[in-house]
Amino acid sequence: MAENPEARIGVFVCHCGTNIAGSLDVKDVAEYAKTLPNVAYSAEYQYMCSTPGQNMIKEAIDKHKLTGIVVAACSPRLHEPTFRISTKEGGLNMFRFEMANIREQNSWVHMHGMHDEATQKAKDQVRMAVAKAVYLEDLVPKSVPVEKAAMVVGAGVGGIQAALDLASAGIKTYLVERTPTIGGRMSQLDKTFPTLDCSQCILAPKMVDAGRHPNIELLSYHEVETVEGYIGNFEVTLRKKARGVMNPVEAAAKGIVGGGCNGCGDCTAVCPVIKPNPFEFGMAPRKAIYIYHAQVVPLIYTVDFESCVKCGLCVDACGEKKAIDLEMQDELVKYKIGTVILATGFDFINIEEKKEWGYKRFDNVIHSLEFERLICASGPTGGHLIRPSDGKTPTSVGFVLCAGSRDNTGGVAKAYCSRFCCMYSLKHAHQIMEKIPGCKAYIFYMDIRSFGKAYEEFYYRIQHEGCKFIRGRVANILEDPDTKNLHVFTEDTLLGRPVDIELDMVVLASAIQPRDGANELRKKFGVSASQDGWMLEAHPKLNPCGTTTAGVFLAGVCQGPKDIPDTVAQAEGAASAASIPIHMGEVELEPYFAQCVEDLCAGCGMCVNLCPYGALALTESNGRTVMKVTEAKCKGCGTCGGFCPGGAIKMQHFTTPQIVAQIDAFLLGGQ
Amino acid sequence: MADEWNPKIQAIICNWCSYAGADLAGGARIQYPPDVRAVRVMCTGRVDMLFILKAFVDGADGVLVSGCHFGDCHYLEGNYKAAKRMFMIKSLMKNIGLDDKRFRMTFVSASEGAKWGKVMEDVSNKVRELGPSPIKEFQK
Repeated sequence: MAENPEARIGVFVCHCGTNIAGSLDVKDVAEYAKTLPNVAYSAEYQYMCSTPGQNMIKEAIDKHKLTGIVVAACSPRLHEPTFRISTKEGGLNMFRFEMANIREQNSWVHMHGMHDEATQKAKDQVRMAVAKAVYLEDLVPKSVPVEKAAMVVGAGVGGIQAALDLASAGIKTYLVERTPTIGGRMSQLDKTFPTLDCSQCILAPKMVDAGRHPNIELLSYHEVETVEGYIGNFEVTLRKKARGVMNPVEAAAKGIVGGGCNGCGDCTAVCPVIKPNPFEFGMAPRKAIYIYHAQVVPLIYTVDFESCVKCGLCVDACGEKKAIDLEMQDELVKYKIGTVILATGFDFINIEEKKEWGYKRFDNVIHSLEFERLICASGPTGGHLIRPSDGKTPTSVGFVLCAGSRDNTGGVAKAYCSRFCCMYSLKHAHQIMEKIPGCKAYIFYMDIRSFGKAYEEFYYRIQHEGCKFIRGRVANILEDPDTKNLHVFTEDTLLGRPVDIELDMVVLASAIQPRDGANELRKKFGVSASQDGWMLEAHPKLNPCGTTTAGVFLAGVCQGPKDIPDTVAQAEGAASAASIPIHMGEVELEPYFAQCVEDLCAGCGMCVNLCPYGALALTESNGRTVMKVTEAKCKGCGTCGGFCPGGAIKMQHFTTPQIVAQIDAFLLGGQ
Repeated sequence: MADEWNPKIQAIICNWCSYAGADLAGGARIQYPPDVRAVRVMCTGRVDMLFILKAFVDGADGVLVSGCHFGDCHYLEGNYKAAKRMFMIKSLMKNIGLDDKRFRMTFVSASEGAKWGKVMEDVSNKVRELGPSPIKEFQK
């Protein structure tokens, strides 16, 4: 590669306190940089990201007539934006900046007895960065307008809160929910800890608000089908699942005056098909035309076409309202949005696979959400806790904590803490002792994690109420075949002796995992997963609501286990973050677009099919067939540029000369 | 240092997964051998086969391309396309008599810092086992 004689590069090596200087010789690296071709200036400084450090860059650009800047410091994923601004303020184009990552990828990973090797590596990294900097070009960020609408996927308490905040900030918000009603997990709970508020009582007002907010369009029974576009200009195709029932607006659109579902329930009364209600975990029946529970929002019935026999009785019962259409088909509807919040929540793990606890084998072993429904006044038993085996009121109930959480045995078990089971199990213990006088509560635990506001106090309260705490993991549970009572075997690790307790009923505080389908959804939006399967935030501490895909934000448990207060807090944070680009009106995109060098392009069209975004097309230019890039569609991956046999595609900021210069600098330079 | 041979391994890694994973390894202070120098690209789809060949011609003892897991690509499918090309590189290396174990493609996500450290160890050990690239000898 020919050297660019015009290039004058300034190199700045950061100590980062002792983060870098503790593991390698920063002064030596800076001195070495001076010997490199095209380096006009080199310096080292304690903290390059500090104001004096940034000023050094600005002053050096002017004083030494620099054409490019290299900062050897932390990761460009951290401070590239900072130094680009310093470069710009110094009078250069902000893309004439390159970073050598000598911290995350050097000083921090070669800490012990590696001083010389780390210093050598840093020199190589600086040499490579300088080599690229020589070939850097002026680029102009592309500014694109932002669609003044947002979407929230998942309408549990997190999604509802996020949608309410966005809508109240004046933003048109589409609240997408795949089940027939909004409310999510929280609507299945009886009470909430530690205040013992009735869950539905505090959630229902938010559900109602979401249902009638002028800026919220409630899209229940919808699922995300495909996602195209980028921040500011997402085009999301939703599958509007055939509900079989029209709301008044839909009915009016079909010319049925005064018709549509008013939620009267006449249809469900005549429906002959009986199925288990998934909202009640199959402990209560529903018809083939149904609502989940009395407080659904929107109040509109849904036909389960998988079990409907199309007898037409419901259509007759509905009469003049003509709300029911048993021939309804799924529809695909497109929505243009600027930003999106994912709030898909959680499922329990398949606790049945932890065979030692006998879930599904023993009638009286249930999981915590089933317990919530059984103790809830709106549940299948009207709030009277009964044993599933014989319908009797239990006199002793055990709660098995960490049922699959904090468990490294593999299979369905999860290594992480599910974070809210300790607290809701304390609440469950309180509820049975309150509702059933004389009923004994046993909690089998490893540690009680009562970390939140007023949580520890709640823990003390339950202790004083007489709940028995046994510190030990439950080894196994066996059933007495005659009485259907359960024997819980564990070791009381505080007393150091084995325990066998006979109980009427056992509740498993099952570990949680991402909602079924969340994995497919996150891929549609280009969101990564953490190692434990939850969606990955942009930064665990400093950007917990954002993702690596600009314009996509996270709220609630889909990002990791959290309780209701934390979910709501994160939802408000995500709503704030998602509203910023919309209020700004436009966003700047990094101009890493593909460009066709027409003189080199043979018009073979190989690249056209490679592009996942359909940004490339063949066109006529000066009498020849050449490829043309639609910049608005190009996201800058470079898949076309990596393949073009003629080298006719120039990937801005990652050009072939720039990359080859780095490779050459590493392998040929510096000997 | 002059006497002792240390392998020169060129890595080309994607911004969204492997580069982030490498940063995570740094944050977690996972220690690994200092033989690899990384070039950052936005996506492994950008990796032209010529980059890899150029690195070998320049005398690299090993080359690593690392991207997102299949299905996790920030650009939907760039890593699939890269992986296809990497098979071509391997067969090409076999044809010219260069041990194809000197080249490797891995998939390290943004949350797999520990895996990045492991990949660094493995790649370094493998190349050390194979010794200096024979291409350097031919060029002398």
